[in-house]
Amino acid sequence: MLMHVCGSHEWTITHFGIRTLLPQNVEVRSGPGCPVCITPAADIDSAVRLSLDGKTILTYGDMSRARGSGMSLFDAKAAGGDVNIIYSVHDAVRMASAKPAREFLFFAVGFETTAPPTAYEILKGPPDNLTFLVSYRYVPPAVGAVAMSPELAVDGFINAGHASTITGMKAYQPVFEKTHKSMVFSGFEPNDVLISIAMLLRQLAQDEPKMENEYTRAVTWEGNVKAQQAMDKAFERVEGYWRGVATIPDSGFRIREEFLEYDARAKYGLKEVPGSEQFVPKARCGEVILGKIDPPECPLYMRECTPSSPKGPTMVSSEGTCKIWADHKMLASMRCRV
Amino acid sequence: MCLAYPGKVVSIEDDFARVDFGDGTVLDGVNISLVRVGIGDYVLVHAGYAIHVLDEAEALETLKYWREMLAAMPAEEIVYQKETKGGLS
Repeated sequence: MLMHVCGSHEWTITHFGIRTLLPQNVEVRSGPGCPVCITPAADIDSAVRLSLDGKTILTYGDMSRARGSGMSLFDAKAAGGDVNIIYSVHDAVRMASAKPAREFLFFAVGFETTAPPTAYEILKGPPDNLTFLVSYRYVPPAVGAVAMSPELAVDGFINAGHASTITGMKAYQPVFEKTHKSMVFSGFEPNDVLISIAMLLRQLAQDEPKMENEYTRAVTWEGNVKAQQAMDKAFERVEGYWRGVATIPDSGFRIREEFLEYDARAKYGLKEVPGSEQFVPKARCGEVILGKIDPPECPLYMRECTPSSPKGPTMVSSEGTCKIWADHKMLASMRCRV
Repeated sequence: MCLAYPGKVVSIEDDFARVDFGDGTVLDGVNISLVRVGIGDYVLVHAGYAIHVLDEAEALETLKYWREMLAAMPAEEIVYQKETKGGLS
């Protein structure tokens, strides 16, 4: 069983029907690769609360529609909260500079692909009225945790392409040395994914697990060192709670003390409360996120929970497995037929 | 969050570039502080920032590998695809 950890890979795989091309004994599962899906409900709740309390919340489109334990930012906006969708963290800097009297908060969600620009802006010195609610997650430890799960029994990983563009393949060396699971760093074109699967199968057939690179035009061993240095200067790595999944050591980011004035958690006294009610009753979002089940195995999928009426983050986000499957009208599980 | 798109750097002004993604899509104000890039280079752009300069030689290598894989397939299978799909591009 092969697993990927990137919503964009799930999109390519589902959209191009790649599972239908695979031999009967090869299964590709969708691991925890959707950042909106794994953002803790507590952080969403904090952003919602602040938006209804006179602060201007800025975030990316997908994030605004995910519900915490109650409302989403989109709901809050309808209720009069000040919520703005932006494309780039640079927009946050620009908007805050233009309105110095208002308090702005950038809800910073994503993986290591998305963290460096925010780190860069923090290092540059944003306007005083802008703070960051940093809820970024770091993927390699999650791959490590998943690799160690006897229940999931993953044989090989299709590694995230653009996250690895930033971190370099080297970021996975500790995980590889500990778990000896086959790994191929893959691009996002359907041909890329097919080649990567072939490379993984060859590793498995020869019983020679390796760290191989299919996405050589975009991924190198060292990665983007400038981006890594920016992240390292602005953030420290701490344990991170992945919504509905687990608290994984070393997989969260926190703004460093010297930049505390830009940390929304410090400014507004926000508490991180993992484990509080994460999803609506009966929803199996957590198991979908982890890759334990396929969307059709959740009782709400395509019944109460649809793209136009989502009940959980996996149906909200364009990188959520449920949304991707639902958009492609997938109503049956795609497990091994052997 | 891996969505990043390749585009060609058309012009540069300080820390920002104009990037052409083809098909008429052009983005101004792409931040290039995280990469070292020149006009004519292809970059991967994620959320308004260039995160990598794409290596053309490597891209061509991957395409070459793909064609080699297809060529190594049994001849009957390729014919089957030609007949049912109306041609393999």
